Amino acid sequence: MNELPMTFPKILIHNAERFPPTKAAIREKDYGIWQSYSWQDYLDQTRDFALGLAALGFKRDNKMAIIGDNRPQLYWGMAGCQCLGGVPVPLFQDAIHKELHYIVDHSECRFALAEDQEQTDKLMVLKDEIPRLEYIIYDDPRGLQNYKHDWLIAFTDVQEMGRKLGKENPDYFMNAVNDVKPDDMSIISYTSGTTGNPKGVMLTHRKIADCSRGFLQWDNLHESENVMAYLPMAWIGDHIFSYGQALCSGFTVNCPESTSTTVHDQKEIGPTHIFAPPRIWENILTQIMIKIEDSAWIKRKAFDYFMEVAKKVEKKRIANESVPLIDNILYKIGVFIIYGPLVDNLGMSKIKVAYTAGEAIGPEIFEFYRSLGINLKQLYGMTESTAYISMQKDGDIDSDSVGPPAPGVEIKISDKGEVLYKGPGNFIGYFKNPEATAETIEDGWLHSGDAGYMTERGHLKIIDRAKDVSKLNDGTMFAPKYIENKLKFSQYIKESVAHGMDRDFVAVFIDIDYGAVANWAERRHIGFTSYTDLAQKPPVYELIKDEILKVNKSLSEDPKLKNSQIKRYLLFHKELNPDDGEITRTRKVRRKFVAEKYGNLIEALYTPDQDSVDMEATFTYEDGRTTTMKANLKVRDVETF
Amino acid sequence: MNEEKEPILRAENISITFGGLKALDRVSLEINPGEIMAIIGPNGAGKTTMLNIINGFYKPDEGRIIFEGKERPKKMKPNLIAAQGIARTFQNLALFTGMSTLGNIMVGRTMLMHSNIFSQALYWRFSQKEEIEHRAAVERIIDFLQIENIRRTPASMLPYGLRKRVELARALAAEPKLLLLDEPMAGMNLEEKEDIARFVLDANEELGYTIALIEHDMGVVMDICDRIVVLDFGEKIAEGTPDEIKADPKVIKAYLGTAGG
Repeated sequence: MNELPMTFPKILIHNAERFPPTKAAIREKDYGIWQSYSWQDYLDQTRDFALGLAALGFKRDNKMAIIGDNRPQLYWGMAGCQCLGGVPVPLFQDAIHKELHYIVDHSECRFALAEDQEQTDKLMVLKDEIPRLEYIIYDDPRGLQNYKHDWLIAFTDVQEMGRKLGKENPDYFMNAVNDVKPDDMSIISYTSGTTGNPKGVMLTHRKIADCSRGFLQWDNLHESENVMAYLPMAWIGDHIFSYGQALCSGFTVNCPESTSTTVHDQKEIGPTHIFAPPRIWENILTQIMIKIEDSAWIKRKAFDYFMEVAKKVEKKRIANESVPLIDNILYKIGVFIIYGPLVDNLGMSKIKVAYTAGEAIGPEIFEFYRSLGINLKQLYGMTESTAYISMQKDGDIDSDSVGPPAPGVEIKISDKGEVLYKGPGNFIGYFKNPEATAETIEDGWLHSGDAGYMTERGHLKIIDRAKDVSKLNDGTMFAPKYIENKLKFSQYIKESVAHGMDRDFVAVFIDIDYGAVANWAERRHIGFTSYTDLAQKPPVYELIKDEILKVNKSLSEDPKLKNSQIKRYLLFHKELNPDDGEITRTRKVRRKFVAEKYGNLIEALYTPDQDSVDMEATFTYEDGRTTTMKANLKVRDVETF
Repeated sequence: MNEEKEPILRAENISITFGGLKALDRVSLEINPGEIMAIIGPNGAGKTTMLNIINGFYKPDEGRIIFEGKERPKKMKPNLIAAQGIARTFQNLALFTGMSTLGNIMVGRTMLMHSNIFSQALYWRFSQKEEIEHRAAVERIIDFLQIENIRRTPASMLPYGLRKRVELARALAAEPKLLLLDEPMAGMNLEEKEDIARFVLDANEELGYTIALIEHDMGVVMDICDRIVVLDFGEKIAEGTPDEIKADPKVIKAYLGTAGG
């Protein structure tokens, strides 16, 4: 094999040369039909846009903000910007104004590319506040025909300017592309921190290309793969998957018609490769369980029976043991009547490899998908490592580890138990933030901030955020998130907060899943008026207790965590909500805040014989009125093993 | 706006009586091409009756309708009037509940189809080409109203707000010269109202439709309409721009009763 191109403009040109026009590079569902673009189209669209940007005065090292749902035009915009040696800065499309303001300002964007009117409106407000932002380019002209500004230009008009420049100056594009070097910055990806302002992670062409190719080789993925692009473009996962891997392998990226049609569109495409955070896998599972609960008795029984079979078979498969003949036959029948139709309904019947990444996934959720025959694997990475640290290998799966180090990556555990790593994807630094960079990189080793250890099989196991891990009074390790994730596997539990630092035992707050529990209660003719009322019904306490017992059972199997079984619990009177500050928008518990706000509830959990606690909460409505809600929350014990 | 333009529809001295009740009494109004016009008034003022006369469902006892410069014959059938290019939505929904969104909107294209039932059934040559063209037009409307996700959902399974939107889609599918909307926002919450208001504005500004609507929500009417006609007890009591109507003492009286008794 001759040398592979190392910059994305070059990789794109290479793809246009090596693939026939019949090979789809990117598809978009529009007007109910999949519209497909070849790699030559991808290049043409990108080139015209890049030249248009040049005509508007876009210079090397200029930054361009990109905001919107996954659309081919936005990927072309990203590539176009890179062709001129510029740096795209993708933004989360649902980020609030303050966040967008910070990032657009901090990254020094001169240009911005928006998907539609909604995003354009947001950028126009920013433009008033940030004079450095000169041009806003929009893709979908819908609703924008009355906006008349010199600095507001349609994507197609920019391309038209580009074609003109291309005619006048035919060498311009290739000269610009040749000036782009593999070690030039190719993207700034802002990470949303739980504390402080977002930090801009700088990555280069070489890093993205190396890591993308590393992933492709690991799973033997080729140009024939099909993927769905529906996760935020600002997430490093999407960048690696829908851009890095797609360009490096030449596989086809499919953009759904709209957010609300994703599931249906996925069914039509039948992707072979999926990359999604645990939240998505959890949601799909909850949807399945609700539908199963509502189905006829016979279907429910069949489902329960065959899922048990599947679980048993999967346990053997994971352990690389042979499956007894009878189970094998039962599994085959299960494929025919349960697993096959179910997987097909999820649009996952053609999956070669699926990844969960970005957060810890509950082992039970993970095993559920695997037992259906979906090759779901875990991957551990972060923006700072170009998502590339460790991942599981076919035939060497473990439900609660994240696999061995990826090729070229070294992992070591610090004295404090923190995971450190060094690899091809290690970022070059935070944009304009040398202090934070210095804190994170030490002698070439990157601090992950996660606590973990290497198992005997040589797999990395992540326990929790390093700063959250503590000890119970008897010295047992207490990792709150690990326990919470186990609880969250239950379809009836939406969120939970585990307490135990410097205490004698572990106790939890539980936030019921209103939809699932309401459904459960209705079928048992249990009347209720509100979330609070439902949560305090004794049968609901019993229901949740059974779920906690399952978690305790599973904790008791791990000698290290045996003593961190849950002894007391209470059901929360409201859902944890980012607006109330209890969790972040990416649904991470803000422990300190919860501990301060609900101190009396925590005390009740640790006061022996106290079986209920009064609480008062004040809510502020949008119109400024406030109401005070009083509730009496029951506290209950759970048996341990 | 070009004031000299010939109105697309002119109603002159329309009167109609139901039993002993004079529902409309010598009402005249004009609808100009490219505008959004609203007919407002208290309950029972005759708004829906006026709309029913415009689209030919009722025949006026007196007066005449002039559409695109031609006087409408007295006994013209509503379907022929629809074929002339007047489409409407209804105050109480009138969708085919067993049909999908797609099917319902496709019905709106009926007037524009030319091939006969037999060649349609065979889906052959001309009718195949025609069907594809119509389907493309329907897809553009689906895109316009952002209802991609309910394309295949039967109308009976849709929530109220979306049904209203599908009805609007069906009316747009007929590519009418004049679009009549009977309370397009009735029974909606604020967010749904804002959505529909946006779509009505876009249909007018982007697609160039001439629209006459009846609406109770004064906020919406004042926001999106170019011109307003006010009816009260079957009589036209005022006509003008939103600002003029807001300041008109007769309108205030009709809506709020006589000040000071």
